[in-house]
Amino acid sequence: MTTDAPRPPPRRRLFGAWGRRELQGLFWQVLVVGIALAVIGFLWSNTVTNLSARRITTGFAFLGREAGMPIADSLFAYNPRDTYLWAFVVGVGNTLRVAVIGIVLATILGTLIGISRLSANWLLSRLAAVYVETLRDIPLLLQLLFWYVLMQALPAARAAWRPIEGVFLSNRGLILPAVPLGPLQLWVLGTAVLGFVVFYLVRRRLIAQQMRDGKPRPAWPFALALIVALPAMMSVLLGVSWKVEWPELRGFNFVGGLTLAPEYFALLIALVTYTSAFIAEIVRSGIQSVPRGQWDAANALGLRRSFMLRQIILPQALRVIVPPMTSQYLNLTKNSSLAVAIGYQDVVSIANTTLNQTGQAIEAIALIMAVFLTISLSISFFMNWYNARIALVER
Amino acid sequence: MTVIADSPDTPRAARRPQIGNPVLRWLRTNLFSSIPNGILSVVLLAVLAKGIFSFAQWGIANAVWLTPANDSSACRAARGVGACWAIIPEKYRFILFGTYPFDEQWRPALSVLLFIALFYLSTRRALWRRELVLLWIGALALISVLMWGGVFGLAFVSQDRWGGLPVTLILATFGLAFGFPLGILVALGRRSKLPAIRSLSVLYVELIRGVPLVSLLFMASVMFPLFMPAGFNIDKLLRAQIAIILFAGAYLAEVIRGGLQAVPRGQYEAADALGLSYWRKNRLIVLPQAIRHVIPPLVNTFIAFFKDTSLVLIIGIFDLLTTAKTAIIDPAWQQFSVEVYIFVAAIYFVFCFAMSRYSRGLEATSGR
Repeated sequence: MTTDAPRPPPRRRLFGAWGRRELQGLFWQVLVVGIALAVIGFLWSNTVTNLSARRITTGFAFLGREAGMPIADSLFAYNPRDTYLWAFVVGVGNTLRVAVIGIVLATILGTLIGISRLSANWLLSRLAAVYVETLRDIPLLLQLLFWYVLMQALPAARAAWRPIEGVFLSNRGLILPAVPLGPLQLWVLGTAVLGFVVFYLVRRRLIAQQMRDGKPRPAWPFALALIVALPAMMSVLLGVSWKVEWPELRGFNFVGGLTLAPEYFALLIALVTYTSAFIAEIVRSGIQSVPRGQWDAANALGLRRSFMLRQIILPQALRVIVPPMTSQYLNLTKNSSLAVAIGYQDVVSIANTTLNQTGQAIEAIALIMAVFLTISLSISFFMNWYNARIALVER
Repeated sequence: MTVIADSPDTPRAARRPQIGNPVLRWLRTNLFSSIPNGILSVVLLAVLAKGIFSFAQWGIANAVWLTPANDSSACRAARGVGACWAIIPEKYRFILFGTYPFDEQWRPALSVLLFIALFYLSTRRALWRRELVLLWIGALALISVLMWGGVFGLAFVSQDRWGGLPVTLILATFGLAFGFPLGILVALGRRSKLPAIRSLSVLYVELIRGVPLVSLLFMASVMFPLFMPAGFNIDKLLRAQIAIILFAGAYLAEVIRGGLQAVPRGQYEAADALGLSYWRKNRLIVLPQAIRHVIPPLVNTFIAFFKDTSLVLIIGIFDLLTTAKTAIIDPAWQQFSVEVYIFVAAIYFVFCFAMSRYSRGLEATSGR
């Protein structure tokens, strides 16, 4: 008969089941977080002392005070007696005004140049390459100052250039004929946007049906009805006038029409041309990433050139194009903050003025960060959604 | 819309019979392959010829190249018709070196040459060894001695008198030299298994990348004094340099993270099997491979923040762009900013173009 030899008790470990690795990990984390907290605490306590020494109360109460700063050119109505909060909103409006239009124009221009770089025409592809190389290798701020100097060197309003009838280019900026938009006109435009959304849904349904039974269903009658006829009916019913307002020179300045101030115009040109050079490279590499077999197969099917580009090449190229394009859009938006160098009042410029006037440094910077993080996240969110939509659906 | 060349790697000549004059053949395939293409070529040629002609007229034929010192009357006479290149010989010392003492300007000039030599040596593949780090430390120390002086019989020059091209190169190079190790640490932190370290790294990278550099620079110039104990303050240039290092660190971290992800899992496992510690594993096995993967994007990042250093203009630091802008405040020369901007743009272009050529060369050879 054997008896079980008494087992030695398990070796006691200092921290129960924790091994050396876990302990090391814990040690490093505590160390790094501790250092980070210590640094932040040090900076924070210094800031608090400094602020109290300067008699600045922290907090966002200053936003309700009268701003008293002039804003020359803005999307929203503003006068210096408005609050800091409203000045900030006006600044955000100005940033978005340049960023959104800049993104649209840069995408169009960049795509054209990217395609030109792949052209069979030697001259065109060389010119596109020179455009890309030159603009990419010169700092944006330098280009911006350059455009602004050119704007200021334009003739005065009385001797303005008129490239086309009704369009004036002078040191007052670019003046275009425009349709004044009142609430009635906005209602009609709103209907058109709504019609577009409904059309999009209808078209999706039609395509789904075609997928099921193979019968093509034309979508254009719906487009005509929803996007053209519906707003037109609204317009007639409400009796909206769409009279174009032509700018006129009166005295030393222009009256009527739409004015793009020189600062805005210079910023827009600089951002669009600079970003388009990067977008051109993205589009070029996207198109080149489509394997040659796809071109050959489309040719072999006898597809028309435009159909081939739209239905075969572009959908595949877009998968490569969209992710880097997102970061270019983000860059353009962030670069719009260079506006401060030429005096276009975007959100950074207004925050900077606020900071100088009130001394509320932390709050002003926090607001800038909040605005840009919100814009960045919205762009990323939209582009991720779009990217998921066009992504390859594997079987 | 133009026709897209089917594929750049197809030899074009192969698609057409090889007969006739080679020049005519080249013209036919590359400029006049079809009627719309031919029309396009003619239009482009006309526009290009017109552009080159009017630029040559303004920039060469009617230009004023030299004037007696500090006399811009010849330039004023040619204004609107010809360029005033005379402003460059008049102002180049100020544009390149700012307010650095005039007789000592050989020192920043030598520093610029040292920077160029340093960049050139760093591109040599044969020198990609540990000694390169020593070379960098040595060169940067030598440049500091040259710029500051105060030893070896060199007169001391305080950094608020520095300006121009050396400042641009200092901001970019020191940004890289300190941002790179920071970027490596943050990239490792972002891939670490330890949640606290990972989230700190993510927070840092996303916060910095989410806001424009301009706001970071404002923060450095306005808020830094608030953060520090009363009475303690550091120079404006150094504060901007810190902002650029933090900025560079976040962007470099993302590039290096891409490289870390490209290292196969087996490499990590093999290093673990050898019983290497975390740091030795990364230093000896993972990082050398990861960084080799991402050298082209690293060069591109460097180009990007070489250009971005020009933003310090906004907080009033005398880099190359600021000295250029200041040079044309002089009332006599005020109207000739376009010429100065073209000159400075050419300097930036030479640096960036050389780097982008190099990066493209690396991309082409790394696949082999």
